[in-house]
Amino acid sequence: MTPNTPTPGSPRISVRNVTRTFDLKGEGFVALDDVSLDVADNEFITVVGPSGCGKSTLMNILAGLDTPTSGEALVDGRPVTGPGPDRGVIFQQYALFPWLTVRKNVEFGLKTAGLSAKERREKAEHFIEMVGLGEFADALPKMLSGGMKQRCAIARAYAVDPSILLMDEPFGALDALTRVTLQEQLLDTWSREKRTVMFITHDVDEAVFLANRVVVMAARPGRIYDVIDVELPGPRTEDLRLSPEFTELRNRVWSAVYHQTPGRRVDATHRSVAPHPTAVA
Amino acid sequence: MASMTETVTARDEPGTATSASALADRTTEKPRRTRRARQDSAKRARTLLLSTISIAAGIGVWWLLSSIGFKLPSPADVVVRGWELTVDGTLGADLVASLTRVLVGFALGTIVAIPVGFLMGWYAWARGLIEPWIQFFRTIPPLAIIPLAIVLLGIGEEPKILVIFLAAFFACVISTFQGVVNVDRTLINAARVLGTKDAGIFVRVVVPASVPFILVGMRVGLGAAWATLVAAELIAAQQGLGYRMQQAQLYYDLPTIFVGLIVIGVLGLVMDRLLLLAEKKLTGWQERR
Ligand SMILES: Nc1ncnc2c1ncn2[C@@H]1O[C@H](COP(=O)(O)OP(=O)(O)OP(=O)(O)O)[C@@H](O)[C@H]1O
Ligand SMILES: [Mg+2]
Repeated sequence: MTPNTPTPGSPRISVRNVTRTFDLKGEGFVALDDVSLDVADNEFITVVGPSGCGKSTLMNILAGLDTPTSGEALVDGRPVTGPGPDRGVIFQQYALFPWLTVRKNVEFGLKTAGLSAKERREKAEHFIEMVGLGEFADALPKMLSGGMKQRCAIARAYAVDPSILLMDEPFGALDALTRVTLQEQLLDTWSREKRTVMFITHDVDEAVFLANRVVVMAARPGRIYDVIDVELPGPRTEDLRLSPEFTELRNRVWSAVYHQTPGRRVDATHRSVAPHPTAVA
Repeated sequence: MASMTETVTARDEPGTATSASALADRTTEKPRRTRRARQDSAKRARTLLLSTISIAAGIGVWWLLSSIGFKLPSPADVVVRGWELTVDGTLGADLVASLTRVLVGFALGTIVAIPVGFLMGWYAWARGLIEPWIQFFRTIPPLAIIPLAIVLLGIGEEPKILVIFLAAFFACVISTFQGVVNVDRTLINAARVLGTKDAGIFVRVVVPASVPFILVGMRVGLGAAWATLVAAELIAAQQGLGYRMQQAQLYYDLPTIFVGLIVIGVLGLVMDRLLLLAEKKLTGWQERR
């Protein structure tokens, strides 16, 4: 087994046969169909797939903002019944409180947790510095660029010290350069303060660059189409993107996303790791 | 000087880049901003000038009309009457009486409207219970309530305040309700995933997010309260701007009517501006599109 492959045993996150249907004009629309997935402790997985394949739905279920129609989502072996400070969420639309400054936004969850004003301030300071927004601590969100807003949202999520981070296309609305910078910062932060991360994206490059494991989804019905382990030599830096290993993986993920065989599905739990589906392809 | 030369050489066009243009280049940011500011203030000055000219012309026309025999008091008559009414204390007493009614009615209306609006926006059951009544009574002009108010409450201050209260209440309640309903779902979700429970979400997300709506409702409500004032003061009042004008009407005293109208107009404008100021202060965080 490679070091990247999670050891079966006690996954942080396990999704067990989750199906989610929505009522659309009286008809049941299957957004997620029997999805099973395990994420190991401190694993960084990325989820890619065409629009409408249920990525956000899956994340909302794990965040506790939505409930499966059948099946269950477990975090540390306990069923998810609602949101909790153990899971930090970063939304695609930033979702900063526009009436609060960067500092107050970062302090929001700390206040909920009942920290004193002094503790809040110190903690917030640390995470604001971490994302490089020190000079803008007292600025309102409307004065920030998109990238800065997203950095603020990241600081806010980190501040409550969640051991799991759920990120829904966090860099989707950013320009290529900002996006690459934030990817590197995210990995840098992740390597220093390890978290279990589920990162949704529609960018294949981003998915490969960040992940230990790329989960590819398919639509109609929403399901897991493939799981690709990412084993890359050396640290994840810009140069890596030019390496043949990276290109090879990128192409594999690309064809899994854009040339999907109808009906194919895989089980992404650790139980099923042994006969790896991609090993056949 | 050294850095200036650097700028010049860096620009790849040594022939055209004189030290003056290099200087201009380095300071582009600043002049552009001041030029913009200057343009803005010039525009504002022009608007102010035009407004002043327009008002002066209006008064001139009024003067002209009154002097060629229209049944109008001249501006001078009105100023004189205004002065007389001020000196003998009538105007002051009327002002106090009217302002008290408006402010009490408006304050009560707002104080009741905000919690009711929140209740309706936050709890579906409250909305179900309250909304039909609000939708129904909203369509009745507050003035149409006057006869009922007199029968029920007599001719004291209560019926007048009730009518003003209703005007302010309906404007504000609808707006507050809209504010709560329109709170961005993702903000509520963001608070929830940070561990915040319902009560906290209400106080820390829903209330601040609704403030802009509430303030708009208050402005509309104040306008409505002010608008119903004069009519409310037709109910056997002893004092007040509306009462004064009605008395003046009996004696064909046009200057007093003019004084009353002008005072009502100016006061309404001042109060609206005050609320606008509060709005700017409290909702400065909004991204203007
Ligand atoms: N509340 C809802 N009511 C009805 N249908 C919904 C609802 N939420 C999601 N869906 C449907 O479920 C499907 C999956 O939605 P989801 O938002 O999870 O997709 P996604 O993979 O995140 O797509 P994207 O990449 O565009 O964000 C979509 O077809 C969507 O129309
Ligand atoms: Mg989505």
